[in-house]
Formats: sequence, C-alpha cells, structure tokens
Amino acid sequence: MDELIADLPQYVQAIWDTLYIVVISLVASGVVGLVLGVALATTRSGGLLANRAAYTVLNVVVNIVRPIPFIIFVTAIDPLTILVVGTTIGPTAGAFALSVAAAFAVSRIVEQSLVGVEPGVLEAARAAGAGPVRIIATVLIPEGLGPLVLGYTFLFVGIVDMTAQVGAIGGGGLGDFAITYGAQRYNWPIVYLTVATIIVLVQVGQFAGNALARTALRR
Amino acid sequence: MGALVRIRDVSKRYGDAVALDHVTLDIEEGGVQGVIGYSGAGKSTLVRLVNGLERPTEGQVFVGDDEISALPERRLREIRGGIGMIFQQFNLFRSRTVAGNVAYPLTVAGMPRADRDRTVARLLDFVGLLDRAHQFPEQLSGGQKQRVGIARALARDPRILLADEATSALDPETTADVLALLARVNRELGVTIVLITHEMDAIRAIADRVAVMENGRVIENGDLYDVFATPTTPAAARFVRTVLHDRPSPDTVARLRASHAGRLVTIRVPDRKGFTAELSRAFAAHGVGEQLVFGGISEIAERPVGALTYALEGAEDAVHRLLDALRRTDLDVVEEG
Repeated sequence: MDELIADLPQYVQAIWDTLYIVVISLVASGVVGLVLGVALATTRSGGLLANRAAYTVLNVVVNIVRPIPFIIFVTAIDPLTILVVGTTIGPTAGAFALSVAAAFAVSRIVEQSLVGVEPGVLEAARAAGAGPVRIIATVLIPEGLGPLVLGYTFLFVGIVDMTAQVGAIGGGGLGDFAITYGAQRYNWPIVYLTVATIIVLVQVGQFAGNALARTALRR
Repeated sequence: MGALVRIRDVSKRYGDAVALDHVTLDIEEGGVQGVIGYSGAGKSTLVRLVNGLERPTEGQVFVGDDEISALPERRLREIRGGIGMIFQQFNLFRSRTVAGNVAYPLTVAGMPRADRDRTVARLLDFVGLLDRAHQFPEQLSGGQKQRVGIARALARDPRILLADEATSALDPETTADVLALLARVNRELGVTIVLITHEMDAIRAIADRVAVMENGRVIENGDLYDVFATPTTPAAARFVRTVLHDRPSPDTVARLRASHAGRLVTIRVPDRKGFTAELSRAFAAHGVGEQLVFGGISEIAERPVGALTYALEGAEDAVHRLLDALRRTDLDVVEEG
C-alpha cells in the first residue's frame, strides 16, 4: 500500500500520458483516415469519383501497411518520427507513430461504413444538382454516420490497446507504468490497478460511442 | 409545339452489354410521356440521359436548347436544378428530416434560409405533408415517402419531372394516390412528366403518350390509345397483348381448341357504341352460332380497348361467308391457330 502511494504521482502522470496519446492519435488518425477512407470509398468502381488507377494505388498502399505488426511498424518509422517530432521517446513521439499506423486502419473502417450508404441516395443528391465534394460532405458522411461512429469507437478501444505497446518502447503511459512499476518489480497490485484503469477507460469510451451512434441512427 | 426533350439516335453500352440501341424519342412539353417495358428494357438508362446522370455512348440528347450529351458535368449540375427526379426506392436522406430533404436542392442552389423555409412549407402543403415536416423518413409510410420525394423533386420549380418506377414499390391504393398527385403536378404546375414503369395501370392512369421499350429499343411510340389499341409493330403488339391479357395465349388456344369444334376468331374491340349488337346481328344473319370463350374490354384514355374471342358453330360455308362479311367492315378479325 505504501508503495502504491509512493508511486501515485507516476500513476497519475501515466493516466495523463495515455489520455494525451489516445486523444491526439484518435483525432489525427481519425482525420487522416477519414480522408483516405472517403478516397477509397469514392474512387472504387461505381463510386462518386470512380477512378480505377487512384483506387488501385490507395488500395495497395493501405494493404502494404496494414499487415505489418504495429510494434514493428512503429520502430520502422522511427526516422520519420525523428523528422517530425524530433525524438522517438515520450508521449508525443508515441502519439505520432500511433497516429500514422492507426490512420490506415481507420481508412478501412471509414471505407466500409461509407460503401454501405445506399447508392440511390447519392444519385438523388446528384439529380438535385450537387457536385461530388458537396455530396461527400452533406450526404455520404451524414448517411454513414451511425456505422462511422461505431467504427471510431472500435478504433478508440484499439488505440488504448496500442498505447500500451507504444509505452513499452518509450512512449510512456499506462502500459509503460504497468511494466516498469508493476511487473518488473513484482508489484502485482500496481499491474491490477493499471489494468482496472484501462478497463474503465475503455468502458467509458465504448459507452459514449454507443450513445453517440444511437443518436446518429435515432434508435 | 416543339419537343422539350429530343433524344437522337442514342446508344448506350456498358462494356459488351447494350442498354440502349439507337433510340430516338421526342418528349413534348406539358404532357405525361409514359415509357413502358419489362425490366432490363433500358427504361432507367433512358430516363437518366435526360438529366445527364448517364451519358450516351453515341447520339445526342437535347433538353430545350441545351445539348445535355455534350455539356461538361459542371454545367449539367445547373441544368439538373430544372429537372426533378423521383425513384422507386424514394432515395430520401435518412439523416435529414422531411423538411430537410425537401430543402436539400434549395441549399444546393444557394437559396437564402428564409426563402427556403417558405418554399419548403409551400411544397409540403402541396403534397399534404406539412404536419410531418419535422419527422424523419423512417417514420413515414411508403406513399408518404414518395410524396416527400415528389416535394423534393419539385423544389426548384422544374420544367420536367422524371419518375423512375415511382409507384412500383407501393401497394395499389397508395399507387393511385401518388399517380393522382403526379397528375396534379402535371395539370396545376404544368410540369412535363416522364413516367418510366413496367405497370400498365400507372401508364393508363396518367400518361397521354407512351413509348414501348424492348431490348434497348423503342419499338412503338405514340398516343396512349393508339399504341394499345392498334400497335403497328409485331413486337409492340406482342407486348401490348401481355399487358392487356385480352388475347388468348397459344396454350389457351390449344385448350379452347380441345373443347370447341368450330373455328376460333378474335375480334378487336373498336371504339364505337353498339359493337356487340352489330356482331350478334351478323352472326344471326349468317346462321352462325357463337360462344364467347375469351377476352375482355377495358378502358384506356377513356376509350374502350380489348378483344373478344368467339368459338363459331355452323356450316363451313356459312362461317366462311360470315368471316368475309366481317373482314369487309373496319373490324380487325384474327383467326386463332
């Protein structure tokens, strides 16, 4: 118990680091992945901006990156991380690497959500005189919002999981804390506390995501 | 009166598949032009040429003075404002309210909010759904959804309304309501309607001209009554027969032949009173007995259409003289099998 209290500042710091990494990665990969996913969904054949060459290039690039195990990918892009963030250590570097990796995953989630939107609805928008960019912003995304929100919630859980791995290679956060202060010192209460914290974090995120999706789907 | 839409020798191919095969069609301003045919006949492709959702592989499409088939996409978007469209599955935006759906084309056109709200209210009032303005599409019945679709299609005061199987997903009663609304759109607002359908009843209810399509070609086009009463091509005659069900199929003829000894003749119902009395007198005058074995009379454009099949009983030469006499009149007499 005493040790637990002694480690409290690190614990609190770890929570903040994790939240920092999760929020930055979620927003950054969310935005980049949305753009990529919209591009994938609209350039495929029959899409609003159908373009076989563009789709093939995007598809292949995403397929190359996706199967690389996350922890290897993060290490592999170290030069890029140094170029952008200046270091490979710390939450910001972790958030950057995580954002890049997650963006490709997000692109598939977005693509799947948007491909499910009725083509007839898009045709109705075209018949009303709307151009492709307007249709994407005012019809495609709003019509796919329910699945999109659920997809992003799934992503949130995945990112929390990934922060633990980033932590292990110098990113800080709860994963790092559990290993450094818990497992490596055979201090199991610290490990359990950390796991409990992560579970709470995931539950809150999932709950909020479900609630948002229900609002978007009105059911 | 010139044609509002002129489709000139248009073909449309998707790879090896031919959707339209050298189609030429004029659509007059102010009328209701029906286009009927089985699914896969090319109707939906044809209607999408008019607002440029599809471009012809060859040939030209004109709406008014604009050559739709030659305009860049950006110009087409402006022109689509003047051409409304409704769909079989309604295609309403689930993410928007009824009012939001109707407002969409106005937002696209950049109409200021106050004008937009007024226009939306006027349109919803026209289709009888003002009290549903703030509901979402899934809270409406099929007929109500199509009314919203019609209000949305009318938002920018179009000259043309394209209806692509607009009643095919509705039950008969709702179909009648929606068709009545389309008739009002045509009469009260002067909007030219192009009605694509495989349902004879929809055509019969509101079209004044009809084109019959088969395998990507327009095989007959003309006044509603003429096309159904006196189709000029064998393909059109075959199609008309299948939708009117007024002439016996080969199977039916075979069955009739088995139970009736005499000749079987089918006579087209002409547009005049006293036709059946006329026939009865002719049968009696030649001493030929008759039995009505197949057929029916229905109405198209408020005029009778149909055919009656009789089994004739009597001496061979009497029947012969009767048929000669009937053929000398304007009656269309066909001997079956």
